[in-house]
Amino acid sequence: MSTRTRLVVFAVGALVLAVAYVAAADLLPGFGATSHPYGSRAVNAAVNHRTPNSISSVSFDQRGFDTLGEEFILVLSVVGTMLLLREAPGEEEEDAGSGDDTGDDGAGGQGRPPGASPPDAVRLAGYLMLPLTCLVGGYLVAHGHLSPGGGFQGGVALATGVHLLYLAGDYQALDRFRTLPPFEVAEAVGAGGFVAVGAAALLVGAAFLSNVLPKGTWLALVSAGTVPVLNVAAGVAVVSGLMVLLGEFLEQTLVVREEEGSP
Amino acid sequence: MSVHLAYLVAGWLFLVGAYGIVVSRDLVHAVVCLSVAQSSSYVLLLSVGYRRGATSPVFADIPPGSPVVDPVVQALVFTDVVVSATITALLLALAIQAEKRSGSANPGRVSGLRG
Repeated sequence: MSTRTRLVVFAVGALVLAVAYVAAADLLPGFGATSHPYGSRAVNAAVNHRTPNSISSVSFDQRGFDTLGEEFILVLSVVGTMLLLREAPGEEEEDAGSGDDTGDDGAGGQGRPPGASPPDAVRLAGYLMLPLTCLVGGYLVAHGHLSPGGGFQGGVALATGVHLLYLAGDYQALDRFRTLPPFEVAEAVGAGGFVAVGAAALLVGAAFLSNVLPKGTWLALVSAGTVPVLNVAAGVAVVSGLMVLLGEFLEQTLVVREEEGSP
Repeated sequence: MSVHLAYLVAGWLFLVGAYGIVVSRDLVHAVVCLSVAQSSSYVLLLSVGYRRGATSPVFADIPPGSPVVDPVVQALVFTDVVVSATITALLLALAIQAEKRSGSANPGRVSGLRG
């Protein structure tokens, strides 16, 4: 299909969609309206389960089953990416441990001239931010039921923190610091832990993923029942998932080379 | 008939992202356009949940019972963001493979199935 035909087809579809969308949006409740029946019920349920962060309560308590699905989307896409980016026939892995002499072809090594290290300012900022970012990530996971944050957000912060090592140092430093196989296992443990917490509720006769643990005191670190436990499980799965994901992409750009003589 | 601008922005974002995919000449560009189109759902959901004069639905420093915006749509957006990020990673991996197999990242030239 030529670009012209594609544009015509798109224009017709877009026009129909735009008209239907505006007509539908006209029937939506007014912007900023005070009546939010689902919202107020969700807030009440969150307060009853002593979860100050009602978004966490919705995600991990009231509709934990959806979040389980979400977590499996994450795990499956990580698995899919690993599968797609595996070493293909005709490719070989450059020895990542052989140091600076591998970067002689301009495109190789660490994306900068051989032997060059990042500017001092970047190194300093990186090494200062690395522990700080990891601390913030851990805080976000642990306090997901109290303040904005949670397993998914904190997991992303943690994984980003570790990759500051790549910005401040080089790929070899990152590769020494984190090896991927344990994270592949941890990802499975995190996803499996989420299911295990859900299944544990079945043992006491409640529904799958229902919040059966004692709710504790309002605003205490250990409160809100299963919400912090599920946050930690999700956090473990997200950290390891992102580590594997970013690791695969970095490896693809920095390590994998076409074999000599292959097309 | 008066449609609020926030709803219109959501619709516009979706269409502009879809337009980008239609005219795209690079798979990475197409993936970014998909992210733009997907962000329309964030805008739409957050606009639906907005409540005038309300604050965020976290009761760590405000007394329970204060007016807050709808936490249900915020949780939906949160799911949306996570799924969007992971799907983007998967699509980029597919783009790398397509480029390797056909020697081009232009979707017009990546055609036909090869085993």
